[in-house]
Amino acid sequence: MSRRVRLLLLACAGPGFLAVLVIGLRGLPDFGDFHGAYGLLVDRIEPSLRHATDLVTALNFDLRAFDTLGEEFILFASVAGVALLLRHLRDVDEELDRRRTREDHSFAGASDSLRVMSLILIPLLVSLGVYLVLHGALTPGGGFQAGVVCAAGPLSVLLAGRYLALKRAAPEWALEAVDSLGAAAYALIGLGGLIFAGIYLKNFLPYGSSGHLLSAGMMPLNSIAVGIEVTGAFLLTWTEFLDQDLLAQRGRL
Amino acid sequence: MAFAPYAAAAWLFVIGLYGVVCSQNLLRTVLSLTVVQSATYLVLLGVGYRHGGKAPIVADISTHSKLVDPVTQVLVLTDIVIEATVTALLLALVVQAHKRFGSVDPARLRTLRH
Repeated sequence: MSRRVRLLLLACAGPGFLAVLVIGLRGLPDFGDFHGAYGLLVDRIEPSLRHATDLVTALNFDLRAFDTLGEEFILFASVAGVALLLRHLRDVDEELDRRRTREDHSFAGASDSLRVMSLILIPLLVSLGVYLVLHGALTPGGGFQAGVVCAAGPLSVLLAGRYLALKRAAPEWALEAVDSLGAAAYALIGLGGLIFAGIYLKNFLPYGSSGHLLSAGMMPLNSIAVGIEVTGAFLLTWTEFLDQDLLAQRGRL
Repeated sequence: MAFAPYAAAAWLFVIGLYGVVCSQNLLRTVLSLTVVQSATYLVLLGVGYRHGGKAPIVADISTHSKLVDPVTQVLVLTDIVIEATVTALLLALVVQAHKRFGSVDPARLRTLRH
């Protein structure tokens, strides 16, 4: 569609759209004056009945656990889509991988200090990510956020201009396995609820004492499963895009 | 200025939509879409805010303190995760379009033949 057609369509649909937007915005509660009952219920239920102190994670992995299952599979499906769309030149690429010289292994411009820094960053980021995963039910964190932090660790290898070293350490099949393992683990934890508590995704573990690492029932487990999946998913997505970049650099795109 | 967050959200939505309509580069279309989506974050966080409310994490505050609404915050989290992955998927489609048509100008995309 040309730009003029699109602008014409916007001119037709725009006023109606704007009217709906204004009506919708007028129906919102005043800023700072929200009286939603669900939030207040969560504030009461989760700390006392579930012994979780991060209410956002508690909602995500307890009250909305089934939604999170769907969200997880959206993530999984999108990443599978990215891999499917970008992959069909990869076989040629792998052939080249085997006979690549050392210069090929580095993107231009990485200084020695940047390399050292990126090496230091890897353990820092990964341990921060693991901390966030494990303390998901206690302090700000949880699987989704922590997975991105975990994935950022290995990716700092890229700063060092050593992308192909990353590819050797974490080949696509391993990332795919990690991604699927996380998704499967979440679904299987839910199955545990079905077997031990009679309802899918219902908690079947003791709640422990509030504020301790092993508390809040199966929330830490769910958090770990999601964290693993998100780590794999983000690393896989970035790997696929960086492969495209490599292909483009060699003028084969 | 109680309506400022909503006004900002409406602005982001409209400007993002305009970007989607007018862009002559598919990459920019995708980025405009993320601008549209960031309007939803602002709306959700704005809706769930309570004056003087604290973050909904009761690790070191009393469970009876006034908290901002956790439900909308969870929705924002979901929103961000989905946005990140769907953006990746759209960008992959852009790469494919570039491979197939040699251009990322939406006006120059021809119909798919196979």
